[in-house]
Amino acid sequence: MSVLRAEGMCKRFGGVSALDGVSLSLAAGTVHSVIGPNGAGKTTFLNLLCGIYAPSAGRVFAGERELTGAPAHAFARAGIGRTFQTPQIFLNMGALENVMAGRHLHERCGLAAALLCPPWRARAERDCREQAAQLMREVDLGQWLHAEAGALPYGALKRLEIARALAAQPEALLLDEPAAGLNARETHEIDELIRRIAARGIAVVLVEHNMRLVMGVSDRVLVLDYGRALAEGSAEEVRRDPRVIEAYLGAEALAA
Amino acid sequence: MLALAAALALLPLVFANNYHYEVAILVGLNAIIAVGLNLLIGYAGQISLGHAGFFGVGAYGSAILSARYGWPQLAALAASTALTAALAYAVGRPILRLKGHYLAMATLGLGVIVSIVIATEDRLTGGPDGMGVPPLAAFGAALSGERAWYALVAALLVLSVWLALNLIESPHGRALRALHGSEVAAEAIGIDSARHKVLAFVLSAVFASVAGSLTAHYSGFITPSRVTFLHSIELVTMVVFGGMASTFGAVVGAALLTGLPQLLTVLKEYEMVVFGAVLMATMIFFPKGLVPSLAAAARRFAR
Repeated sequence: MSVLRAEGMCKRFGGVSALDGVSLSLAAGTVHSVIGPNGAGKTTFLNLLCGIYAPSAGRVFAGERELTGAPAHAFARAGIGRTFQTPQIFLNMGALENVMAGRHLHERCGLAAALLCPPWRARAERDCREQAAQLMREVDLGQWLHAEAGALPYGALKRLEIARALAAQPEALLLDEPAAGLNARETHEIDELIRRIAARGIAVVLVEHNMRLVMGVSDRVLVLDYGRALAEGSAEEVRRDPRVIEAYLGAEALAA
Repeated sequence: MLALAAALALLPLVFANNYHYEVAILVGLNAIIAVGLNLLIGYAGQISLGHAGFFGVGAYGSAILSARYGWPQLAALAASTALTAALAYAVGRPILRLKGHYLAMATLGLGVIVSIVIATEDRLTGGPDGMGVPPLAAFGAALSGERAWYALVAALLVLSVWLALNLIESPHGRALRALHGSEVAAEAIGIDSARHKVLAFVLSAVFASVAGSLTAHYSGFITPSRVTFLHSIELVTMVVFGGMASTFGAVVGAALLTGLPQLLTVLKEYEMVVFGAVLMATMIFFPKGLVPSLAAAARRFAR
């Protein structure tokens, strides 16, 4: 049973076809990477998988439920979380509050309770805070619990975004270039974090340019080129595929 | 919170005459509106240039139902508040899809429409001449006298601040702040941004409407001059001046914007010039608004 399944996804912007008939089926606890040259349609594909874009054609399912055309928050409700290439942090809030906001779908709170803050609500708020703090410690952000989000360095923001996405308890997590702009040590930490997330049973879609990271953690790799699926298979299969080598290095490299 | 309550309780000690009470009551009523509007502008990050319209629906709703139709004042207040909430919901659903300048234009249009309706429906509203409003009464007793009104408005202001602070520290408040921070990221964690924008819009309209009803009963007379575009701008200025996303800032902003012109009357014809200069200087030296900027300065000083 796949956690997230996309069939024949197409996206056109005006006359330009950004993505043309790409499919994906994601099993729980696996890491599925999407790679390809710049402009291949990787981020467009992620945006279709989490409802930020509606597909021009194709369908997307979370488990049995069809989500095609639903708003992005409905995708989140169906268990699909994501992070962004440039961290989309709520800079007007504390670091911990960012992660608390991630628990939005799991907090039971009517408007009256929010306005009047009865004792049970205050207790729920403390629980929420404690669970968010626990998640921050899990992604090595324990030292930033009391910081404003804007005070965190770039690498920490990347992990804060992952903690916020995990707070929503997703079944599938889409990571858009989590290692972009990170140094070798931070990249290694992200590598470990992705493995831990998959070990929890969460299905991961990883869009990433760092090939060492991709080849190391991926169960499956999907290669996009000019908006089409060029190849799909295990990391080893994809690495040896001549079409992939050509797309990345050019036909001359293959001939040489 | 307690400091605010204590300050409001102690203020009458320095009031020398009824005029001081009058200014304080007006400050309090404006502060209630600013606290509500701050939920929309400061926390949810959505602009409204039409809140004088909601103030007007509350004020004229109360005035018409109690003066023309003889409703009990509290029932008139409740009905006009419900009407404002319904109007804000109906208008908010479509226009809150707009962003930035476009949203500003749409809310401005809303305020102008309310203002025109009030000025032209003269059989009901008295038109540009305004209309009389009976004093606030409940359970057979009328609320009269500056002291009683001050007590009521101060209590309601404390209540408004308490409700706003509770909301901000709840999942709903975090959702509002989140969609201000990044709408796309808010959606990605399951926040229905459209629904929460409408929630903030309706809540802020309700605060304005209640303050409008009370203003009408307090003054005993209401004219369309309080329901103009200029009044909407004043309300937004209170929020920005005091400090966006600061509930106490909204109270301070309302106090300064209502109180300062009264103080400056000694300058006679230069009043508005000095008032404008003070506003400009504040925004240049305290771009985040008075209260957040001063709080940050105090933290730096303490370190």
